[in-house]
Amino acid sequence: MTFQNKISINGNTFAFEPGETILEVAHRNNIDIPSLCHLKGTTPTGSCQICVVQIAGRPDLATACSTPAENDISVLTESPRVIASRKNTLKTFLASGNHNCAVSDSYGKDWTELQLKVQKDDESKELCPVWGDCRLQDLAYRYQVTGNRERITEFPYKMETVNPFIVRDFSRCILCGRCVKACREIQVNNAIDFNTPEHPSKIIAKDDQALKDSDCVFCGECIQVCPVGALVEKDIRYHVRQWDTRKVRTTCSYCGVGCQMFLHVKDNRIVKVSGVEGVEPNHGSLCVKGRFGFNFVHSQDRLTMPLIKENGKFREASWEEATNLVAEKLKAIKSKNGPDAIGVLTSARVSNEENYIAHKFTRAVLKTNNIDHCARL
Amino acid sequence: MTNTIADVETADAILLTGTNTTENHPVLSTFIKRAVTKRGAKLIVVDPRKIKLTEFSDQWLRPALGSDVAWINGMMHVIIKEGLHDKTFIEQRTEKFEEVKAVVEKYNPEKVEEITGIPAQSIIDAARTYASAKAGAIVYCMGITQHTSGTDNVKSLANLAMLCGNLGIYGGGVNPLRGQNNVQGACDMGGLPNVFTAYQPVTNDDVRKSLETKWGVTGMSAKPGLTATQMVPKAHDGELKALYVIGENPLVSDPDLNHAEKSLKNLEFLVVQDIFMTETAQLADVVLPSRCFAEKDGTFSNTERRVQRIRKAVEPPGQAKYDWEIICDIATRMGYPMSYNDPKQIMEEIASVTPSYAGITYDRIEEVGIHWPCPNPSHPGTPVLHTQQFPRGKGLFHAIEYQPPAENTDNEYPLYLTTGRVIYHYHTGTMTRKTEGLNERSPESFVEVSKQDADTYGIQDGAMAMVSSRRGKISVRVKISDKAVDGTVFIPFHFAEAAANKLTNAALDPVSKIPEFKVCAIKISKAA
Repeated sequence: MTFQNKISINGNTFAFEPGETILEVAHRNNIDIPSLCHLKGTTPTGSCQICVVQIAGRPDLATACSTPAENDISVLTESPRVIASRKNTLKTFLASGNHNCAVSDSYGKDWTELQLKVQKDDESKELCPVWGDCRLQDLAYRYQVTGNRERITEFPYKMETVNPFIVRDFSRCILCGRCVKACREIQVNNAIDFNTPEHPSKIIAKDDQALKDSDCVFCGECIQVCPVGALVEKDIRYHVRQWDTRKVRTTCSYCGVGCQMFLHVKDNRIVKVSGVEGVEPNHGSLCVKGRFGFNFVHSQDRLTMPLIKENGKFREASWEEATNLVAEKLKAIKSKNGPDAIGVLTSARVSNEENYIAHKFTRAVLKTNNIDHCARL
Repeated sequence: MTNTIADVETADAILLTGTNTTENHPVLSTFIKRAVTKRGAKLIVVDPRKIKLTEFSDQWLRPALGSDVAWINGMMHVIIKEGLHDKTFIEQRTEKFEEVKAVVEKYNPEKVEEITGIPAQSIIDAARTYASAKAGAIVYCMGITQHTSGTDNVKSLANLAMLCGNLGIYGGGVNPLRGQNNVQGACDMGGLPNVFTAYQPVTNDDVRKSLETKWGVTGMSAKPGLTATQMVPKAHDGELKALYVIGENPLVSDPDLNHAEKSLKNLEFLVVQDIFMTETAQLADVVLPSRCFAEKDGTFSNTERRVQRIRKAVEPPGQAKYDWEIICDIATRMGYPMSYNDPKQIMEEIASVTPSYAGITYDRIEEVGIHWPCPNPSHPGTPVLHTQQFPRGKGLFHAIEYQPPAENTDNEYPLYLTTGRVIYHYHTGTMTRKTEGLNERSPESFVEVSKQDADTYGIQDGAMAMVSSRRGKISVRVKISDKAVDGTVFIPFHFAEAAANKLTNAALDPVSKIPEFKVCAIKISKAA
């Protein structure tokens, strides 16, 4: 520990590296400073004001994500002033749009009125589509905040549903800018931005067009980082609730990057895919195929039974019959024409274990080296 | 890849060629884009098409199709002439530099301009940028390998990297991007005709003997087998009688499909094991249903040699089985009992016969995958290859001359065709074309043509055109685009109903036996 670089957080002293922010030092030491707009790997802006902390001797609260750690400063992360500020910020967010998650207001008349309005906007009788899977809701619960909206106003921007993958619900957008950072700084697709830098009121794609007509390539990184219900996968919006699913971590089956992904499974069906954050090689990023191209798994066209061709037509067969036939045929050809009259195309699509077995089968059972796969194609 | 995916972001210069990374490896392309936008890395794109990454590049060089050896030699010419090469690295780590020096001497920028169409000054600038970077990464894909000169192209890139001491260092390397999830693993696991697992030659008696002992068999063949691209003509000639195809669709992915189809029909026995009734499966005598990745436990090895877990998330449909289970069953019925409890047990056997996987266990890769070589259970894996020495000791320079592609344009077939993928689809489309949204974004095949070529041949944007080569013809929609260079059109190969590979040339690279998918001569006209 270098003597010069020490900071006090909630009365405990920690070392820091020059250039580290207060938030980074805190997280590294398992101190939970809540944040909303902060997105790892991107330029911190402090715009949401949730991560404010109190620094002794300074008149204003500072945003921990964008304030560098300094020597000998003393930081409080949950002081009464900090908590009051966070509550105020959360209240403003909750009052700003269709946040009908029941923490938004008490169960009085206002809430009912809001719910009725949102039901109309959403064409659904349910609560918010990301209920239970929302950072804003979590924080509202943590700080016991309700919305206290003065009046329910019509929201100026219509929901966008005209692309196959992403629903953009501006009424739930809190303009935190995480999606913009994800698009511009992580995926670097530069498809979306704030409508104006000064007082933004909307996230737009290319001169405020629909995503499908912009540079968007539907990687869906914006959905993954959205802390509220503004960006949701179209297929599952109001159809699948997070608590109905279980997540299984696996490796993407498309290109050779090997992105780590979670398959979200409900009733033996994959309903959603998300990137695994914080691990190599993709750190949560996916592409359009990885995130949205999973329908083939449950396609009606999947083969389900062994098939044997007879008189030019396939008929269903038992495994016993089919594998016997293959074994007999291969044995016959091997003894009549020699092992090298047989070839095996193994696959760049199947697992290492399966390629190994195909390789062993070809060399040790068929006794030929005629094995290859589509590496060349 | 000699280096890792994350490592690409730390390069000071990136020479990117024959890879349309944003469409084929979108997540990897983010590392390249961030290297440029966040760290100010210099990006040199060498590609005949105006791909997305040209928007991020300092320099975009547009070579004539199949002229790669020439521009790479040209860059080396400039680097040596200007003394920008890494003399210490060449002296200590390589051999036969003098031979390369002698050959590239002839490739002055003016001569290279004649062959490649790349302006001489651009060659000089690119050479200086790459050579003066502290760490320079080379990234390439099938645009380099799918040529009759593919092996030469790869060796030339290796020459260039060695010349500048860009191997064995972070942020450097020669980095081929693998196009399929487990093409790396299929190669590692001996899914190749000339090698067993970990690239141990089938001709090596010791290795073969040791495997025979391990597997309890005798009489394994010492003769290298046929590549996929050789099996097809052998089937045509009647020498290959039976083919067992696992999860491949050669009737869309192979070159010169009309010929490939005739060949497969000539087989006495064709077994296809797949998740769908593919074009290839339709020709089969027996079709066996297998599980897809989401229904399997196991491992894939990615393009950076990282061995990673896959895990079963859902039950397979109907009676679909693990590919390994099916093969074991057939082996057993053929008189060689093969059985395993689970993929984990297979991995234990893999580790016991595969030096580069010897230290890999499921327990170790539960959270984060390991880069092979990983020779023992306490080895951390090898993110960057060749840091101390090359597998053969010293790095070998190869003096290589430019050879033109197998097929050139003429009066009858005046345009070049090159093929590839689009972002919304994958390979032969059997998976991605089952997702409605992806089809909505990219519903059908197209031929990407420059405005000038469209005018010359009287074809209109959005109309149908007939594209023919010496081997076949397809009807396909016209897309006039500034991505296309005059004289060259592009067609994606995903779409079986307008299969680009009916047109492509099956001429093979003499060493790797890769077909020349990236260059053939075609003509185009308004569809009748």
